[in-house]
Amino acid sequence: MTTDSKMPVLVETLTAQRDAFLAQWTQAVGEDLQGRLSLAELGRELGELYDSILRGLNAADFDSRGEHFAETRSLLIELSRSRARQGFTPTETARSVFSLKEVLEPSLAADGKGAQQYLQFARLLDDLGLLTTEAYVRTREEIISSQAEQLLELSTPVVKLWDGVVGVPLVGTLDSARTQVVMEKLLQTLVDTDSTHAIIDITGVPTVDTQVAQHLLKTVVAARMMGAQCTISGIRPQIAQTIVALGIEFGDIPTNASLSDALRQALKEVAQDAADDARGLL
Amino acid sequence: MTDRVPVLKIGDILLVSIQVDLEDQMVMDLQDDLSNRIVDTNAKGVIIDISALEIVDSFVGRMLATNASISRVLGAETIVVGMRPAVAMTLVELGLSLQGVRTALNLERGLKLLRRLSAGRA
Repeated sequence: MTTDSKMPVLVETLTAQRDAFLAQWTQAVGEDLQGRLSLAELGRELGELYDSILRGLNAADFDSRGEHFAETRSLLIELSRSRARQGFTPTETARSVFSLKEVLEPSLAADGKGAQQYLQFARLLDDLGLLTTEAYVRTREEIISSQAEQLLELSTPVVKLWDGVVGVPLVGTLDSARTQVVMEKLLQTLVDTDSTHAIIDITGVPTVDTQVAQHLLKTVVAARMMGAQCTISGIRPQIAQTIVALGIEFGDIPTNASLSDALRQALKEVAQDAADDARGLL
Repeated sequence: MTDRVPVLKIGDILLVSIQVDLEDQMVMDLQDDLSNRIVDTNAKGVIIDISALEIVDSFVGRMLATNASISRVLGAETIVVGMRPAVAMTLVELGLSLQGVRTALNLERGLKLLRRLSAGRA
């Protein structure tokens, strides 16, 4: 293979002993990952990577951010992404790149010229290794934020319990972001279902401090302003004690120990309203 | 000459339907008009429909509370109907809870509530 590379020794060695190096590299990474990825798959991945690095080197370049390594970078980012999704650690991911250094060391570091080029190549690999870590972290963050979003969506259902009665079973802690979502959903459901009663069930809320109480109160007040009666149910004995100890005032907001009590009360009122209508008050 | 919000009489009920975003002068005029009409017509109930309002600031929020108090002094019960979810959330964030103002989901429910109130129920 003819090359105008500034690194003839390195490129020649890498080209000549491609298969041997690749096998060793795959072996080393495979040991590191302890068989959680098949060697064949690993060999294919690393083979692509190896060839793309070689192409980059052929283009006489050691700049990992340069255009000749664009392909390598995208391969690495893809690799980190899949590793992050499969639950490998960042170290394991970065070592996939770094272990190429160990593989090359015996063949290159022996003579002076080779050693110099080996060092430069090692720097390139360091950069690429860092890139994998960065991509890994980014992928993880994406996963976390998408899960947080899903959690927000999942944990705030508003259900229609009866004609004119909707329920909000809250599970988990209430922060301002969740309160916002709950409030939006509750108020919209009130409008959509033409409901006059709302029951917020806090059985699944582990603790109620002043902040959480504040959020609850806001939701109740908003529902009231829309013209619905709002009840808080599912207050456990522990929570009741905390509420009193903290001096939290729920004012004239009706509260119940259990959802069934709150539902019974709401149904009674709904039935009464219906009876009034039937008797021709309107 | 600014626009005025119409005050419509239906039986012994006055209906105020706010269709445009309110300017300060309109709010003041409405307060005058409404109190005059309550006295003139001997109305027993007032319904303020704000279903068309997308934005309610603290001034309008206070106007609703003030109007409710004025009508109560004049012997009429006020019900604010049709508040949008976004508006309710804004008012809560502003710290306005419209204490003492009765509300209903929509005009129909507001009318029912007035009937019920005049019958001595609720």
